[in-house]
Amino acid sequence: MVRRAVGETFAKRLLVYHLPLFFFVLFALFPFYWMLVTSLKSTRETYNRQVNPYIPVACATTVVAQVHSLHFNGAAIMDNCFYHWRTLLRDTLFVRWLENTLFVAIVSTFISLFAGITAAYALARLNFRGADTLGVLIFITYLVPPTLLFIPLSDVIGNLPVLHRSLLNSPWALIVTYPTFLIPFCTWLLTGYFRTIPKELEEAAMIDGATRIQAMIRIVLPLALPGVLSAGMFAFTLSANEFLYALIFIYDASNKTVPVGVVSELIKGDVFYWGELMSGALLGSVPVALIYSFFVEHYVAGMTGAVKG
Amino acid sequence: MSKESHPDQLTVVSSNGRRKAALALLERPNVLGYLLMMPAAFIILFFVAYPFGWGVWMSLTNKQIGMPWSQVKFTGLKNYVDLVTKDGIFWTTVRNSFVYTGIATVIKWALGIWLALLLNRMVRFQRIVRAAVLLPWIVPTVLSAIAFLWIFDPDFSVINWTLRHFYGWMGWGHVRGPLWLADPTLALASVTFVNIWRGTPFYAISFLAGLQTINPELYEAAAIDGASGWQRFWHVTLPGIRPITVVVLVFSIIVTFSDFQIVYVLTRGGPANSTHLFATYAYQVAMVGSRLGLGAAVSLFMFPVLALVIVFQLVYLRREQA
Repeated sequence: MVRRAVGETFAKRLLVYHLPLFFFVLFALFPFYWMLVTSLKSTRETYNRQVNPYIPVACATTVVAQVHSLHFNGAAIMDNCFYHWRTLLRDTLFVRWLENTLFVAIVSTFISLFAGITAAYALARLNFRGADTLGVLIFITYLVPPTLLFIPLSDVIGNLPVLHRSLLNSPWALIVTYPTFLIPFCTWLLTGYFRTIPKELEEAAMIDGATRIQAMIRIVLPLALPGVLSAGMFAFTLSANEFLYALIFIYDASNKTVPVGVVSELIKGDVFYWGELMSGALLGSVPVALIYSFFVEHYVAGMTGAVKG
Repeated sequence: MSKESHPDQLTVVSSNGRRKAALALLERPNVLGYLLMMPAAFIILFFVAYPFGWGVWMSLTNKQIGMPWSQVKFTGLKNYVDLVTKDGIFWTTVRNSFVYTGIATVIKWALGIWLALLLNRMVRFQRIVRAAVLLPWIVPTVLSAIAFLWIFDPDFSVINWTLRHFYGWMGWGHVRGPLWLADPTLALASVTFVNIWRGTPFYAISFLAGLQTINPELYEAAAIDGASGWQRFWHVTLPGIRPITVVVLVFSIIVTFSDFQIVYVLTRGGPANSTHLFATYAYQVAMVGSRLGLGAAVSLFMFPVLALVIVFQLVYLRREQA
């Protein structure tokens, strides 16, 4: 994996390798640094064009003074650094939005994993009539963007077929619609993954008297666990990040998800609560980013598995 | 006793038989296959296929928000014809969507390969650097777009602050810095920039996965044959990642072409409706202007392009498998 040409000088490595990589990392991280810095400034400092915007001056001064005097004063740090964080967590519905997001993402992920596993297994292993056609149809669904469907879908969610009930303003509106893009995604990823598992393992189990379903649950599923795990993780992040359906189907501030709540409730008319907006953006991103950073390797594995399939 | 137990035993036997028959049925691919497809098919039928048909129907009517269906009139292709013949914003939207998708895709592709090559030869801090460059693609788009809204602020833009101080420091005189989101061309460039920022990691990490499937012996063989670094890139690396490139491009073109969030947060389609994409214009017409029928028509204009890309992908996959 490491290909370092013989005789490559340090200067050349710096120029073609370290420096570009450094700029890529800078490019990727700068907006997050900006969220952090802005969230740590007082509103007055945010709107003060005389001070250097790259550093939260009041906050930094407080921290430096305390380190200097070896005297810890939590209240001062709270007031000078985390004022907006406290406001966000205490005086807005942010925690509520976080709960809503978690609930919707977890339930729709499990629904999608279940439907995705069964469908992917059928497509990868069972040679039933029309399997190819159904596979293609699911793949096409995977490529249909939500923005093509949101207008009629809002009508359908407002008056469900057969049941004649409205799911608008309920988390269930999101729980039933998120699987429309999660299931095709999971199915596509897992079909590829199942195909990499040797058929002979199941066949051996079935010769030993296991039924096909037993073979699927006891043999294939445990082997596919990395694939299932990465599918689940992506389904979770995709639903935690979804914006359009959540924007249209939910009206009440207390029922919103994090992305919609932050963008619609922390901006009042043309007043932008930048401190709270940036704290919200940061705290809303952290959980998703944390899960991801633990699974980066799985992602690469899942991606190759899916593409090979 | 025996007389009483007799019918009981019979039922046990017959229910056992029925279970066995049911289990035997489940062993048949044609039964089990459809059964396992049901949950997925159910969701897709009700919340994709049906809304799609419903949307086509809506686009042929004058339906508005709150209008009872008794008053809704079938207007044929009127919505489509009106958009094409009378609506200047619609044509701006069409142009923007192609410009946005075209420019962003090419740049993301180039930056993605570059970043993937860099990541592929990285030894130290591998995990943390990968996680860092992936971050833009991972976090909710609207939340990072909010940060960019502040970065592009007309009065407090950090870019302009830096430009101003850099000019002063170099002794080039006073500069105010551009109004990133207030000028139509610059605003479109700014939203395209944010799209590139968000999408590049996806290309990079996918290409990285592709690079790792390339047999290292191919590079050695090429090196022995005297191929230069550039030739190795052109004749080994690019063909090696071609399968994943097609998948990534198709996926990315669709997502970019149908993008909503970045434009919604940064410009709402402004200034003066100059940065709309299909999705934001459809939202504007249907949800803000409450003309659902017309809005449905706007979003359905995406369909031919999406269909073309999807068909290309299917044909390509079929050819690869054959």
